[in-house]
Order: sequence, then structure tokens, then C-alpha cells
Amino acid sequence: MNRIGIIVFAGVCVLFVTSWFLKGSVGDATMTEGFLITLSAFLTLAIMSFLYKDNPYYKFAEHLFVGVSAAFWMTMGFWSTIVGNLIPRISDSLGAWFLQPKGEINYFFLLPIFFGFLLLMRLAPKGGWLSRWPLAFIIGTTAGLNFVRYLRSDFINQISATFVPLVVDWQGFGHFFGNLSLSATGPLVAMVGNFVIFGGVICGLIYFFFSKEHTGWFGTASRIGIWVLMVTFGASFGYTVMGRISLLVGRLTFLLRDWLELMT
Amino acid sequence: MRREIPLAITVFVGFLLIISVFFPPVETLGEDFSLSFDIIAVFAFFLGGGNLIRIHLKKLARRETDWMFSIVTLGGFILMLTAGLLKIGNPGDIATSVNTEGMLFESIYRSVFVPLGATMYALLAFFVASASYRAFRAKNREATILLVAAFIILMGSTPLGAMATSWMPESLSIFEIPNLAVWIMSYANLAGQRAIIIGIGLGVVSMSLRLILGVERSYLGKEG
Repeated sequence: MNRIGIIVFAGVCVLFVTSWFLKGSVGDATMTEGFLITLSAFLTLAIMSFLYKDNPYYKFAEHLFVGVSAAFWMTMGFWSTIVGNLIPRISDSLGAWFLQPKGEINYFFLLPIFFGFLLLMRLAPKGGWLSRWPLAFIIGTTAGLNFVRYLRSDFINQISATFVPLVVDWQGFGHFFGNLSLSATGPLVAMVGNFVIFGGVICGLIYFFFSKEHTGWFGTASRIGIWVLMVTFGASFGYTVMGRISLLVGRLTFLLRDWLELMT
Repeated sequence: MRREIPLAITVFVGFLLIISVFFPPVETLGEDFSLSFDIIAVFAFFLGGGNLIRIHLKKLARRETDWMFSIVTLGGFILMLTAGLLKIGNPGDIATSVNTEGMLFESIYRSVFVPLGATMYALLAFFVASASYRAFRAKNREATILLVAAFIILMGSTPLGAMATSWMPESLSIFEIPNLAVWIMSYANLAGQRAIIIGIGLGVVSMSLRLILGVERSYLGKEG
């Protein structure tokens, strides 16, 4: 670390300690609460510092996140799945020790435990090939469950939902043309919308159909399909950006309100 | 044998789960296998944790580039894992949720995991903005449609979008930006999503069939 680096590091340490004591001594706050808020704020700033360039503070936060998140998922998996779902199904006494509600004993669940230990064989210098057995079980389960699930929800149900009435709230031509408007809640807008759904899905599927050359009417439908897909991608993009911005606003609110108390 | 047994397991389990759908007495087999999947996934988390320790210890032992940060990863990992598995600071009994206020695990989750995760994703807002500035140009009709849709969706969620078109009469209210955004999401976007979902559904079904029939074997790796 060069001299500037040491000065910056010392400055960060001084700021951290100052913030800790200030946050810990205000109102009813304890020193532990002061430390935790200061830690959150500094970690937030450490990640944001990447906008300038890659630096040791960002690397520190990034490496900490990797370690903490790996342990977080392990812990959650252990308490919710192993203790909460598995143990009451294989042992009454162990379930009682963990104060879990009594479940119906089913020795079938010894099989995933066996496969689970085989999976850990991957860490062993020899016998790593045994980890293919649990992998095969996982893949077989996923394929078997998804075959039916996707056929029902992503295929049959989606096709069924596409066949929507193209004429909405029809009370005759006179009524329709007499009340013609582009009101957001009017029947004309709903009709156009349903037509877009029906036609858009057909055209979108035609775009994905590559067994016939995209020329003539088929090519026109395919081109409309691209436009529909572009609207979808645009909408998804807009939503993604909005989601990220709301997270950013959340972090800035934390810094300005909870940490610096500049906002109420 | 090293490839045949796993292949047999996949074929057997896959067929069994499909057949179970048609036989009400064994209908719950799917739930049991789903739970088994979750149990093996927990072991996979432990495998990941073990691998993380192994990689970072190796990095430390060899004094590789940025080896100091491996101490941070290992330190964070061990602290969080110990706090979670031993439920340090538990105000209740062993059945108390690990996310209960007062536990060390919950404090680390709230003060380290959440801010780091949220800021990492928030940071993407800048990169998305920067990338879209470079990549998005209304060069052709398709790109223009994408840009216009994204613009309407973004504007539709802001007060500016509502203010800019609030003067429109009721008979033209579909052109108010928030209404237009809702219409795009409910109809045009839905049509595209549905075409993609149907494609994905067909892809998943055909891939599942390939796996169950033993045609797809790449997951078994090489012989040996």
C-alpha cells in the first residue's frame, strides 16, 4: 500500500470510529446499534466506490458478501429443510430434540440423505464419480416433474388463455359506433388489446418457427412477431431499470435518513 | 458402470414421476421427490461451502494475488455459519427462527448481507444506463419500437408521465402515459411473453423427454 493509500485507509478508520460513537451515543441507541448502522453505511459506500474504479474497499465488500451469502444459504437450508422438513420425517427423538412438530415417519427420506453424502464425495480426492448419482437423481426428478408441469402451465394453459373474445361488451353496431371512444376502460381499447394478444402470440410463435422460410405472408407475420417481441423486451428493460433505481433510492434513503439523519 | 448407474437412476426417476401423475394412489410421489430435491440441494450448499473454503485456503497458502481478501471471505463465512448454526444470541429455545431479532445471525443478515446485496444490484442501474446509452440507437424500426416501449413504461411509473398527459379528455384517456404503460404491460407485452413462455415450455418438455429417454447424456460427463 502506498502513502496515499495508507492516508485514505486511516481516514476511513477515523470516520468509521467517529460514526460508530456518534450513532451509538445518540438517544436510546446502544453502541452495538451504532456499530451495525455504521457498518451497513460503510459497506454500502464501499460497493458504490466501484463506480469510480476497482479498489481495495470494493474488493473487501465483495469478498465479504461471497463468504456471508454462502454461509447464509447453508444456514437457512439447514434450519428450514434439514431440521424443519427432514428430521421430523425420519426420527421422532431427533425431531423432539429440535422441538419440531411430530411428523409421519417415512424412511424414503433416507435416500436423499444417502445421495447428499454421495454429492459431498466431490470434495474427496478419490471417488468423485459417485457424485454423479445424486446429480442423476436431481436431473431425473427435474425432468419428470417439469415434463408434466411445463406441459400444463407453460403450454396448454398459455394456449388456452390466448383464445380470448375478440369482441368485448357487444350490444349491437348502433351502440358500438354511438359510444366509440378511446377511453382506457372502453370496449374498443379492450377489443384492440385482445386482438393484439391473439395475433401477437400467433405472430410471435411464427417468428420462432424455423422449419419454413420466412417469406410472403409467413414472413409478414414473422416480422409482426418481431415487433411484438421488441415491445416485450422494451417493457422488460423498463421494468428492470425501474427495479434497480428503486433499490438505489432505498440505499440512498438509508444513507441520508438512517445514517446521516439528513432526511426525516 | 460409472455412467450406466446414473443413467438408470435418471430414467427410472423420470418415468416414475410421469407415471405417478396418472395413478392417484401415488400422486404424492411428486411432493416426496420435490422435498428430496430440496434436501440434496442443501447438501449442495454444503458442497459449495466446502469448495469455497478449499479454494480460499489454497489461495492463502500460495499467497496468490489479493490473498488478503480470502481472509475476509473465510472470516465472514465462518462467523455467519457459526452464528447461524449455533444460533448465537438466541432469545428463545432451539425452535426459535434463526431470523429472530437479537440473534447474531439476524444482525449480520440485516447489517451486512442485505445492504451488500441491495447495493450490488442498485449499482447495476448505472451500468444498465451506461450500456443502454451506448447500445440503444433508433437505427431501425425494431430498435425504435423497443426504445419507445421502454420509455413509455419508465415514464408511466413516474409523476412526470402522469402530469404530462393528464390534460387529455376521458375519450382519449388511453393516450395518457400511465394508461398506455398499463395497456402495453397487459396486452402487447403479454402477447410477447406468452409466445416466449410457450417456446420455453416446448423446450423444457422436449429436453425432459431427451433426458428421460437417455438421449441426452452430457450431464454424466466424460467416461472415467
